[in-house]
Amino acid sequence: MQFIKPGINVNFIGKRNIAFVFSGLMILATIVLLMWRGGPNYGVDFSGGVLVQVKMAQKTSPAEIKKALRVVDLDDSIVQEFGEAGQFEYLIRIRKTEVELSTLGDRVEQALNTAFGKNVEIRRVEMVGPKVGKDLRQKALFAIFYSILFIAIYISGRFELKWLMSIIMAICLAFVVYITSGFGVSVTWLIVIALIVTLTLCLFLNLKYALGAIIAIIHDVVITMGFFALTEREISLSIIAAFLTIVGYSLNDTIIVFDRIRENLRRFRRKPFEETMNQSINETLSRTILTSGTTLIVILALYVLGGGVIHDFAFALLVGVVVGTYSSVFVASPILLIWEGRFGKKGQKKA
Amino acid sequence: MSKSLTWRSAIALLAILVAVVYLVPSITGKVPAWWSNILPKDKIRLGLDLQGGMHLVLEVQAAKAIENHLERVVDEMKGDLREDKVRYVLLKRQGLDGITITLMRSKDETVFRDMVAAGYPDFSVESMPEQNGRPVFQLVLDPKAKIQIMKMAVEQALETIRNRIDQFGVSEPDIRPQEDNRLLIQLPGIKDSKRAIALIGKTALLEFKLVDEENSIQEALKGNIPPGDEILYQVSVDRETGHERKTPFLLKKRTALTGEYLTDARVQIDSRYNEPYVSISFDARGARLFEQVTGQNIKKRLAIVLDGKVNSAPVIQDKISGGKAQITGRYTTDEARDLAIVLRAGALPAPVKIIEERTVGPSLGKDSIEKGFKSMLIGGIIVIIFMVIYYGLSGAIADLALLLNILFIMAGLAFFSATLTLPGIAGIILTIGMSVDANVLIFERIREEIRLGKTPRTAIEGGYAKALVTILDAQLTTLIVALVLFQFGTGPVRGFAVTLSIGIVASLFTAIFLTRIIFDYLYVKRNVKRLSI
Repeated sequence: MQFIKPGINVNFIGKRNIAFVFSGLMILATIVLLMWRGGPNYGVDFSGGVLVQVKMAQKTSPAEIKKALRVVDLDDSIVQEFGEAGQFEYLIRIRKTEVELSTLGDRVEQALNTAFGKNVEIRRVEMVGPKVGKDLRQKALFAIFYSILFIAIYISGRFELKWLMSIIMAICLAFVVYITSGFGVSVTWLIVIALIVTLTLCLFLNLKYALGAIIAIIHDVVITMGFFALTEREISLSIIAAFLTIVGYSLNDTIIVFDRIRENLRRFRRKPFEETMNQSINETLSRTILTSGTTLIVILALYVLGGGVIHDFAFALLVGVVVGTYSSVFVASPILLIWEGRFGKKGQKKA
Repeated sequence: MSKSLTWRSAIALLAILVAVVYLVPSITGKVPAWWSNILPKDKIRLGLDLQGGMHLVLEVQAAKAIENHLERVVDEMKGDLREDKVRYVLLKRQGLDGITITLMRSKDETVFRDMVAAGYPDFSVESMPEQNGRPVFQLVLDPKAKIQIMKMAVEQALETIRNRIDQFGVSEPDIRPQEDNRLLIQLPGIKDSKRAIALIGKTALLEFKLVDEENSIQEALKGNIPPGDEILYQVSVDRETGHERKTPFLLKKRTALTGEYLTDARVQIDSRYNEPYVSISFDARGARLFEQVTGQNIKKRLAIVLDGKVNSAPVIQDKISGGKAQITGRYTTDEARDLAIVLRAGALPAPVKIIEERTVGPSLGKDSIEKGFKSMLIGGIIVIIFMVIYYGLSGAIADLALLLNILFIMAGLAFFSATLTLPGIAGIILTIGMSVDANVLIFERIREEIRLGKTPRTAIEGGYAKALVTILDAQLTTLIVALVLFQFGTGPVRGFAVTLSIGIVASLFTAIFLTRIIFDYLYVKRNVKRLSI
């Protein structure tokens, strides 16, 4: 059985401008959406606060639960239905951080027990103090940052045999991060600065494969965040893990296309770069679609059957895999081409 | 070729056998004695999100430990100054930095400096501007000593809490220090989280203080607290209404005796009221002190103060020797039992604050496992069927590799005694999707080779050789991400990184090494002519 006929030749690269406009719009929409919402919707892991998952014996509504919480002054919390229908599970989020948090869970339990009788089961309580939330946020951002940095080093070393260059880049970056963190810049800005520096260094040090791969990764994570903002989902610790998985997956896809490009560049030295690139994407197309397909099948199973706790995690992966597959074809490779056209004329002649 | 095939098959079988051996304890639950003597007995541990339990991060208020230390030094110094006949006007703690002292006479300066140098090496003496002709000094606590005190406080808190939890009886608790004076506590399977928090978070500082009978409490409540006295409250909660009642007590500030001399604390039942109380015993020194205090204050009241709250204030009927006392209060049996535990384990050197708490009820954990495995099963079956349809016999070979991959991940979890969490299950599910990727890459290459008109044998060789580099590149970068995730993540996220990492390594083995054995057997040794791919 075959989905993709051998010898297929779709002109992916030729459609790069459409793809760029599309991706640009998606990223722009994400940024606008995030600005409009006042930043990403952090869960209690990062914002601090309390989350309580309760299971009721009979059907109630979030409004009724809120009313019950008025007794303990917690009626300004967010109450949502959660999990599958017919389970009567609700999530209560309390964003207060200035009060004593460790007793809030008990207060919720008490209030619900008085209002609904003793049939309330507290299934999960997550309390994160504001200081811990800030720490976790920093850790998560650094995790994303370091994985991108190590990947840049690995790709540059592996694909262009520029281990020295990539190590220079790492040292420069560590230096920049060290200096800027000395000025007390917030981590978010630190990461933005670090990413800009990484990209600039990639440009100046001729690390074109790393450049393509990193732009694709940023593209994927940003767009996934956009979908999160659009569907009003919260970013928690496990979502960061999902983002990092997307980084890994997107890279996986990109590298496989890059590998083929590199191989074909050696085989067909006479062909124009654009044509070789297109051929490589087409040759790996069958694999790209198949692997995305099987990965999507299992993630979909997780999304549908995995239960409420893992729902958002699966959603992030779902979006990420689709966007990651798209970006390895329509973003990473065209960037390689643009780079080659603009800065790499000499290199091409030599090759 | 066939010789190497035999060798490779032997390695593969050995690997599978080892994996199965590692999995037996997790599957059977209990292993016979002869097994645990020679073979691995570690089970796959379930994370708190799967088996239910509590995850706590406590912050030891280490500043309070410094405060306590300085207060103790002030007391000690007062004694030393008296001994050296150095008179002072003022001697008190100055924030967290040190101690200020104003001496009565300038001529005492050398004696004072010598005393500090000999008895208080952690302090340096700084002269301050004189006040009314009296020399003022600041004793500054050495920053290194400060750090040492905080470190000690955290270590001691950890030990104390470990003791309490051990006595409370939690199976496999995990207690470890973290940076910034924090303690991480994981209590799997705990049901009554409120009780556990009360037990862990209580400072449990037990003090005996005499009630000031000479001065009136009414006068003191108006703000005229006599020097050397303090007001502490007895808080009693009505069980039915939940209403709190506070009774003030005027106590001597000086502590007559503290819980540090305790050797034992046990729950006993009062035969008259059938109410539990805690009986405590002091060591020899404590018993002597107790005898002294009670002997000198017969018919006066002695307050038992726990964490700054008056527990009770019984009248001393007679001199108590033998070092035994009772702590009564309207306790439930559980409360009395927990109080006995915290008293036995000793007081925390500084109060702790809960800054992170995650509790998962056992029923939710069970749900999560069921749903996680259900989605794994269904997703896996669809992928397996799909691979057979798409690649025929080769697809079935890839499926075998996939199943073995899951086996190896599970065995790997048991081997590293790693923890399986809900995101960890997601990691396995993701690996299912991605581990077929390596085989897809190889198969697509083989198809390409066949299209070029090669024989099955050369096509397989070419396919594997060409796909290998790509697979390595792709998997290694994912491994980098997984390792970063492991380094920075906590709890469930870490579980995800673990299964993902093991999955990547295992898939390299199964998808490249194992499948190749089968291909070589079929198309090289048995020389099957038609390649089903």
